[in-house]
Amino acid sequence: MRLDDLLNHTSEWLKGTGPNSDIIISSRIRLARNLDKFAFPHWANKKQSEQALKTIEEVMPRVDYLKHATVFRLAELDSIDKQFLVERHLMSLEHAQKTDHKAVAVDDEEIVAIMLNEEDHLRMQVMQSGFNLFEAWNIINKLDDSLSKELSFAFSEDLGYLTACPTNTGTGMRGSVMLHLPALVMARQIDRVLSAISKLSFTTRGLYGEGTHASGNFFQISNQVSLGHSEDEVIESINSIIRQIIEQENQARDIMLSRNKSMLEDRISRSLGILKSAHIISSQETIELLSLVRLGCDLGMVKDINRSRINELFIIIQPAHLQKIENKKLSVQERDIKRAELIRKKLSLS
Amino acid sequence: MLCDICGKNPATVHLTEIIDEQMNELHLCEECARQKSAQMEQQFGLSDLLGGMAEFGKPEKEIEPASSIKCANCGLTYADFRKMGRLGCGECYRAFRKYLLPLLKRIHGSSQHLGKSPFKVAKVVKKKLDSEELRNKLQKAVEEEAFEEAARIRDEIKELEKKEKR
Repeated sequence: MRLDDLLNHTSEWLKGTGPNSDIIISSRIRLARNLDKFAFPHWANKKQSEQALKTIEEVMPRVDYLKHATVFRLAELDSIDKQFLVERHLMSLEHAQKTDHKAVAVDDEEIVAIMLNEEDHLRMQVMQSGFNLFEAWNIINKLDDSLSKELSFAFSEDLGYLTACPTNTGTGMRGSVMLHLPALVMARQIDRVLSAISKLSFTTRGLYGEGTHASGNFFQISNQVSLGHSEDEVIESINSIIRQIIEQENQARDIMLSRNKSMLEDRISRSLGILKSAHIISSQETIELLSLVRLGCDLGMVKDINRSRINELFIIIQPAHLQKIENKKLSVQERDIKRAELIRKKLSLS
Repeated sequence: MLCDICGKNPATVHLTEIIDEQMNELHLCEECARQKSAQMEQQFGLSDLLGGMAEFGKPEKEIEPASSIKCANCGLTYADFRKMGRLGCGECYRAFRKYLLPLLKRIHGSSQHLGKSPFKVAKVVKKKLDSEELRNKLQKAVEEEAFEEAARIRDEIKELEKKEKR
């Protein structure tokens, strides 16, 4: 697979299917693993880093889910390609910054992605559409078992998987769910919900990962603790939190429909109107308007556009995606024009 | 919208800062955002936070001898860990065990793994749950002042040593 092939492909997690896919965009499980006795990436010298990378690359063709994966060495990619992978949630922003002896492996369906030599030797993730953490866990658990047959991981019986940062020690697992909560935001209830979550040792982030502002009413909620609980327990505790948030969002939507239906219909139709007719548009404005249109789909107010098209737009309107589609470097101003053009085209198709 | 800092380039990065419960929104261009993020990392990186936690509540003279402990496998010292907030390799957990256990407990509320284990290791662990692992367990029990558990493990080690001599 070439990197450009990803352009013509909608990632599995954007399909807009799966349980509760009106409110839940995607579910993701990440596992951190390290090679036994090898220095962790930040502490390894060039030779050791290369050796770790080769050791992992060498076993991949024998590992379930990775038989058809492609490995991209970051040093061989240009800056747009790297940003493109970040925008697709296939690797972290941090991974894209220092590129020596680093790589990312991606399977054909974009279900599995593994960062090699990020903070840990392996950072693998499995993403699923909708509210589906257990399915993501089933896949990544099998992948991890298969890798364990080929590689010897740094592991201690009482401390579990040993990671570069002590915040990941134990299961090395982080489960995250991406939620779209426009009604809670509009009803000004979101701060109350988020502060309750943070008291229960969960973290909240924005749509575009670590350190980002929760724009377009998207929130990513994940566990913080990785020691003292089994993977199943952690997933179940995330699930129970998420179920409560879904209920709260649904209630807020019902209240808004019963009290302010016309106002809501007006805002949603105006948003769609701007997206269908704008000729210059920033990514921030796009995200905010798309969020409202997505709500319109959920409530049956927007009938002629399906959810997967909107999910896809959230990803492809980003800078590197626009530049890959146009196949050239674009300035901020040029991007705003091309973005508007792309949105008009995509929305008139459906 | 123009960048809040330079006022020249269009703002493409949108940042929310929370300082002393005051929320502040910043709209920055790519260049200013890069500078800002480098600044923030310097001011308050995760490594400082962890380093700080590792020392929290310890008298000065207890920290000093710990700093010079070195991992025999990768050469990282405890002082390096305090500075960077990252360990050097899996073996560091053994070398700094005494200092890491309370830190892990503070972060996770526990220092006992209850999740899966790689089966390759699972087999080895079963075979090797002899002296070395038992001695680790004993040390842990003593540290946690679980003396009944410690006595049980001590007896187990004695039994094992008898068997090995035979």
